[in-house]
Amino acid sequence: MSETISPATGSIILSSFRTITLVLFLTACESPETRVASGNKTGTLHWGNGTEPQSLDPHIATGVPEHHIISALMEGLVRKDSNTLEPVPGVAESWAISEDSLVYTFRLRPDLKWSNGDALDAHDFVWSWWRALQPALGNLYAYMYFPIANARRYYEGKLTEFDEVGVKALDKLTLQVSLENPTPYFLQLLDHYSMFPVHQATIENFGKADQRGTRWTHEGNMVSNGPFKLKKWSINREIIVERNALYYDNANVRLNAIVYYPIENGTTEERMFRAEQLHYTNDVPIDKIETYSNKKAHSLRINPYLGTYYYRLNTRVEHLQNKKVRRALALTIDRERLTKHVLKGRQIPAYAMTPPDTKGYFPPVSLEFDPEKARELMALSGYPNGKGFPPTEILYNTNEAHRKVAVAIQQMWKKHLNIDVSLINQEWKVYLDSETSGDYQISRAGWIGDYVDPNNFLDMFICEGGNNRTGWCNTEYDRLVLEEAPRGETDEERFDIFRKAETILMDELPIIPIYTYTSKNLVHASVKNLDPNILNQPSYTQIYLEGETD
Amino acid sequence: MLRFALGRILQAIPVLLAVITITFLLVHSAPGGPFSADKAVPPEVLIALEAQYKLDLPLWQQYSGYLGDVLRGDFGPSFKYPGRTVNELIATGFPVTAELGIYAMLVAISIGVIAGVLAAVRPNSIQDYVPMSLAMIGICMPSFLLGPLLVLFFGIYLEWLPISGWNNMPGDKILPAITLGTGYAAYVARLTRGGMIEVLSQDYIRTARAKGLPEFLIVFKHGLRGGLIPVVAFLGPAFAGMLGGSFVVETIFDIPGLGRFYVQAAFNRDYTMILGTTVFFAGLIIIFNIISDILAMWMNPRLQSKTHGPEK
Amino acid sequence: MNSEKRFIGTFEKGSSLWGDAWVRLSKNKLALAGLGLVIFFCGVSFLTPWIAPYGYEEQNLVLGASPPSSQHLMGTDIFGRDLLTRIMYGGRISLFVGFIATAVALVIGISWGAIAGYLGGRVDAFMMRVVDILYALPFMIFIILLMVVFGRNILLLFFAIGAVEWLTMARIVRGQVMSLRKQEFVESAYAMGLPRHIIIIRHIVPNALGPIIVYATLTIPNVMLLEAFLSFLGLGIQPPQSSWGLLINYGVETMEEYPWLLIFPGLALSLTLFALNFLGDGLRDALDPRTSID
Repeated sequence: MSETISPATGSIILSSFRTITLVLFLTACESPETRVASGNKTGTLHWGNGTEPQSLDPHIATGVPEHHIISALMEGLVRKDSNTLEPVPGVAESWAISEDSLVYTFRLRPDLKWSNGDALDAHDFVWSWWRALQPALGNLYAYMYFPIANARRYYEGKLTEFDEVGVKALDKLTLQVSLENPTPYFLQLLDHYSMFPVHQATIENFGKADQRGTRWTHEGNMVSNGPFKLKKWSINREIIVERNALYYDNANVRLNAIVYYPIENGTTEERMFRAEQLHYTNDVPIDKIETYSNKKAHSLRINPYLGTYYYRLNTRVEHLQNKKVRRALALTIDRERLTKHVLKGRQIPAYAMTPPDTKGYFPPVSLEFDPEKARELMALSGYPNGKGFPPTEILYNTNEAHRKVAVAIQQMWKKHLNIDVSLINQEWKVYLDSETSGDYQISRAGWIGDYVDPNNFLDMFICEGGNNRTGWCNTEYDRLVLEEAPRGETDEERFDIFRKAETILMDELPIIPIYTYTSKNLVHASVKNLDPNILNQPSYTQIYLEGETD
Repeated sequence: MLRFALGRILQAIPVLLAVITITFLLVHSAPGGPFSADKAVPPEVLIALEAQYKLDLPLWQQYSGYLGDVLRGDFGPSFKYPGRTVNELIATGFPVTAELGIYAMLVAISIGVIAGVLAAVRPNSIQDYVPMSLAMIGICMPSFLLGPLLVLFFGIYLEWLPISGWNNMPGDKILPAITLGTGYAAYVARLTRGGMIEVLSQDYIRTARAKGLPEFLIVFKHGLRGGLIPVVAFLGPAFAGMLGGSFVVETIFDIPGLGRFYVQAAFNRDYTMILGTTVFFAGLIIIFNIISDILAMWMNPRLQSKTHGPEK
Repeated sequence: MNSEKRFIGTFEKGSSLWGDAWVRLSKNKLALAGLGLVIFFCGVSFLTPWIAPYGYEEQNLVLGASPPSSQHLMGTDIFGRDLLTRIMYGGRISLFVGFIATAVALVIGISWGAIAGYLGGRVDAFMMRVVDILYALPFMIFIILLMVVFGRNILLLFFAIGAVEWLTMARIVRGQVMSLRKQEFVESAYAMGLPRHIIIIRHIVPNALGPIIVYATLTIPNVMLLEAFLSFLGLGIQPPQSSWGLLINYGVETMEEYPWLLIFPGLALSLTLFALNFLGDGLRDALDPRTSID
């Protein structure tokens, strides 16, 4: 009955196939130039940037993607050498430090301009820093200002007059900053975006100075002082910054523009890199690392990164109150095997909280992989061969890499200690909630340094530290970190104190360090002068693309 | 028909109100606030932020304030993206998602109806098994698998099509539309087959055959109208679901659509954004359900006139 | 599966309809093959703890991901765990979740849709608006709350999946019932004074079974993939346990490097679905009195 139909329907299928092939063919013919190729011609860097930035306001933003964009748009008093991270002149062409290391006097470059042509002087810094310390703004990096005299008290509302905070514009080109304590890493902080200057007239044009979420950072509104200025911001699509001709060192900037793409999915990003749509990727998926190191090693960049991956042990939980149990758990993580076979990103096994060689600081090492010793400790604690060990859970936030680490550690503890540990993953905000309210037993954590100094890794474990979250509290540790270390005038002095503190931390083990992070990026061969550093901060002023036209 | 439509639109008001109320309660009872972060948030900051977004008011005041804003068409500021309003984010994301959805729908309908009709015309033959097996594969193949496969083959291996983006390069809409449409095509094919087999065995079709009408006319003119009723009933909610559920495809192809915002808002606890997108999608679902119900009524000879009423 | 239960339950009452159906089904070779395969998979899943070649959590980090070999017929995953074993254990969870959650969705969806469609009028309008509301609620927040309020529980998974999947089912059943309600055999049953619930259960639902079965076979793969998504979010099963959906999820990430990690679990899932699909089609045809002549 249907013989007459089939040809009819058949031809419909055929013709639709034809249309589809035609479309495919047409697009195939156009075969547009890749972004990398066209970018190399126009001097445009195509940058995979992770997520859509929350804000480009340097006093509100907090993440790494935001950092990348803001560091192209703005500049602080001091910059860091892209290799060594030593302070080099930025907006300030020079500075003098008083005998007692407490007063810094910065000399600004003459004739500095904002991207709209307005003059930039020392008063802009005073106003910007005043703004950054307004609680209403919700600046999560306000603590970067706390080394400055009275900044903390002002921020917490104990002082009402900003005049008492240690920041003075002596004249248009001279800024004087007084500190609470000698803080050898203070210059470094000035290169953090939370201390960048912002343009008063623009901000006040779009709302109150301490108002969150005004439109001053939007396309067409933003005024900044960095090597680039904001050209376009399409939400979830791209952010384009272009050369700022009024930047003092514009003559030496080689890129004409940078396009930032918010690509959340690492696999998508890697494929875009392969199709030459990106010069640079924000990350490399774990499973691609091996492929790249075998086949295209030149595009794979893996470098040490100033961050520690660790597990928090909730010391308020009964069986984890026992120091020996904590040590047994720490001793049975085979970090070498974990980093080499599971993570594969050349991560460095960590046996202390502070990454080794943090500004020349090497932490004391008392940990190792020693299942024998661990079993003894467990037996001493009343759990011979894991017998009677209470049910224990590892909490991690939903993420592939965290899952892999947890699965491997779960099995290591099973194998070496014969204890059953279950895994729980929670969605990010739920996980944060569980962790801060202490509703966990063991939880995955990571800390990325804001600045290169052991202080940044150790001051979080003081009793009242908001990032401590383990319930661990040691008065001697607090004394060393809060009172002794800040008084140390030289790094040698301070590092000795920190080593004492870290010895306590690694003896008590409220946390189990697991590995030191590495930064993993794919970089196209045409990108030159992208220096590696442990903060993984690019220096856009010196990067150039091969084949770019002058 | 007009009365029916008006009645349904009136019913939409309590539905939307219920959606807003329930979502509001759900959102505020979810753990972890919009401002919790990896780094501890100092209490001063938290207080200041909550005051700024009126989160310090009693819940019912927040609720009535929000209802008032929604009535005025204002979904409020986004919590996650300071300086952006929810209206603005929807306005930038929705056109992209809608366009993607329309293309995907075209893919789904054209492939699905053709395959379904082919199968129904000769059930239990090769002409049935092949398209239906393909449809089954389409259903088994979730977009998170199909998308990467298409990308690897057409984008990276053959280098025919762009692998990501939207409106950046010619042809970059093809792969996402196919990825999103395929799963739905499979459903449409199966529903079409079922509906067509049902209709083709009805008396009025037999009558038409007896009259000696050409077979393709019978199938396409008389058959399709009745046979596509289940498809139409499916398409309304499916289209709305496609718009809300396009985030996987949007993520794979890096498309700046609303689907990504919809899902991320929940993870970010961006209260206003969750509410705004939910209300927006609820409106869409209601509209598409009404349209598909009206279409189904129009197409169903049983509901339309008693004369055709087929006997069992 | 659910339809099979009903099939047995009502066997005695309407022996002619169901008996004919069974005769017709047994003539359909593809459907029988499907049934056989489904039984085989269920059997393997049931016996897994005794016949699996390895433990599903046994790691061998040094071996890592290795392609199929004589020791590991389907290769190993990145932790060096035997994939065949993991697929067998995963099948237990996937089949269980797939059938039970679909059954939950079917029972709720059919009852809701049949009642709404049969009663019509205001009750129908109200019930369908409830469906609209549930459709519109943000799923992610719902899931996050479920996890927090009830903790991790495999039963929750059924609840969460059932709660989502029954909505479309209800719409489809309602449409079917509405058009059946007007038909003579239903009206005559009503005229005979049969109670409403008997009419719905005995006359309307069986006649709407065709589309219901088709939709149910479409729901099962959805449910299995949804399970993977929910487990990934932390609701449902936790490592080192796995399911087909999760194995496929992980397989996609590494499909260029270790294709076997995608192919084998994918094959297991697709085979099951094909089998179910042919079985479903066979059942549909067998239950439809109009397709009897062949």
